[in-house]
Amino acid sequence: MLNYIKLILLGGVILFAAMAANWAHDIAYQVHALLIFVLGVAMFIWVLRHTDEPEAVPTDGPLGYMDGPVRLGVIATAFWGVVGFLVGTFIAFQLAFPALNFEWAQPFGNFGRLRPLHTSAVIFAFGGNGLIATSFYIVQRTSAQRLWGGNLAWFVFWGYNLFIVLAATGYLLGATQSKEYAEPEWYVDIWLTIVWVAYLAVFLGTILTRKERHIYVANWFFLSFIVTIAMLHLVNNLSIPVSIWGSKSVQVFSGVQDAMTQWWYGHNAVGFFLTAGFLGMMYYFVPKQAGRPVYSYKLSIIHFWALIFLYIWAGPHHLHYTALPDWASTLGMVFSIVLWMPSWGGMINGLMTLQGAWDKLRTDPIIRLMVASLAFYGMSTFEGPMMSIRAVNSLSHYTDWTIGHVHSGALGWNGMITFAALYFLTPKLWGREKMYSVSAINTHFWLATIGIVLYASSMWVSGIMEGLMWREVDAQGFLVNSFADTVTAKFPMNVVRGIGGILYLTGGLIMVWNMWMTIRGGSSVKVPVGVPAE
Amino acid sequence: MDTYSFLRQLADSWVLLAMFAFFFGVVCWAFRPGSRAMHDDISQAPFRNEARPAADTPDAAPLKGQDNG
Repeated sequence: MLNYIKLILLGGVILFAAMAANWAHDIAYQVHALLIFVLGVAMFIWVLRHTDEPEAVPTDGPLGYMDGPVRLGVIATAFWGVVGFLVGTFIAFQLAFPALNFEWAQPFGNFGRLRPLHTSAVIFAFGGNGLIATSFYIVQRTSAQRLWGGNLAWFVFWGYNLFIVLAATGYLLGATQSKEYAEPEWYVDIWLTIVWVAYLAVFLGTILTRKERHIYVANWFFLSFIVTIAMLHLVNNLSIPVSIWGSKSVQVFSGVQDAMTQWWYGHNAVGFFLTAGFLGMMYYFVPKQAGRPVYSYKLSIIHFWALIFLYIWAGPHHLHYTALPDWASTLGMVFSIVLWMPSWGGMINGLMTLQGAWDKLRTDPIIRLMVASLAFYGMSTFEGPMMSIRAVNSLSHYTDWTIGHVHSGALGWNGMITFAALYFLTPKLWGREKMYSVSAINTHFWLATIGIVLYASSMWVSGIMEGLMWREVDAQGFLVNSFADTVTAKFPMNVVRGIGGILYLTGGLIMVWNMWMTIRGGSSVKVPVGVPAE
Repeated sequence: MDTYSFLRQLADSWVLLAMFAFFFGVVCWAFRPGSRAMHDDISQAPFRNEARPAADTPDAAPLKGQDNG
């Protein structure tokens, strides 16, 4: 019976997609409509072929953990990671050598369209898939309960990746609402909302049916990440489509309100997507890999509440010296500085978990990745508050310093903790004893670390130089340098940045090879993974 | 009073106070006497039930000397 309803709904989707493809006002919308049409037809045929077939015999015995979506999530994380790093490296060289904006690839291959593809690929595709996969893995283990909602977890995985494909192709074809890190247009936003509600339901359902008495701290962080991202996404994407047959929409807010909403969103995307969610990973994988419980559970509780109470106010520091009222930007600045404390509390809590196990730093490259990740977390959460101070910001804003800061956090903290999680999960999920090559993990660690160091240091030099050149005035009060002068002056730093990107990308490729070899070959050790009857 | 001024005044008085009170409440609650055993127990959660879900009986994960909380 359920299949008949599914067929009717899918028929409706196919009809709508066909009409949308026909009447589309712009190429991005048309391509998306055709994509939905093809997917709809494929799903229709698949459901049809399974309709009125005998039910699969239910397997006896209790169900294990549901690791299918986690396995695919781990693969998707590695795949999108390499794609994101590759695009990032390419656009880094586009900045150094503008001729790489090839004439034959216009307008799809120019920097303006590839840049959001890079940011979304690394944040939402690499980071997002990593967060969904690890949160599904962790919430089951720490709740002693299979994922709630049956196949809903599969919907979350495929739905989220469809969102990524729609967003990425949309950027290349010119569909963007021009909000940083929130570029996807209205219908993609609506789709993400549906997927996100399903994600919340699966996660919360598992927590509510847990068999552990308490909710482990990692799940608190994941839950705050899911709930806050839902809120941010809804408010920042309030827009009215110009036509139901086109991708263009008009923002509801305008002017300074729109700017403030955007950076309230933008900074909390950093705070809750790139920080809270990844801290959830940290609070599970660091204790697991070190083989000892978190250093102070009390500190982790205070870390959690302080972080969520403070982060939400920090956004206005993106709008110093703008039309935003002074009190609001001062508020953002003060809260950013206060935020330094819980951030370092969390870093110390993670590092001190290794107390008594520091020897593993020499022998275990996964621990090394985790420690480096926490060190970069500490460094960027010190740098960030400093840059939010108005006087510092007047030098750093609009320069490469900001880019360097973001990348020391993203490549260092988010990237390395995710690599560590992938190296932890891959052998466990495929029933292998350990990764195929431990020395390859070590090589990856050094390539990534040197890559980040090259990236961050070149951007510091470049950014401070830019800031100083832009504000230099002569005795008469005239600006000394034109904008093009700074572009010329930072050429060597741009090249060094690109080389850093190549190293980081190479590390990612080595990881993919290592994961591939672990999954495909090697001796399969009978590790008791919960192989569910799905 | 217009909406902006009202919200502004509410935000930097009562709401600010309420949020600070909640936060300090959380801190005090975390440090309340007798919470150590419970926290030690929760911090062990990642090391239980790694391979498969707990059985339906609630005593599958015995709590160390802790009956409340």
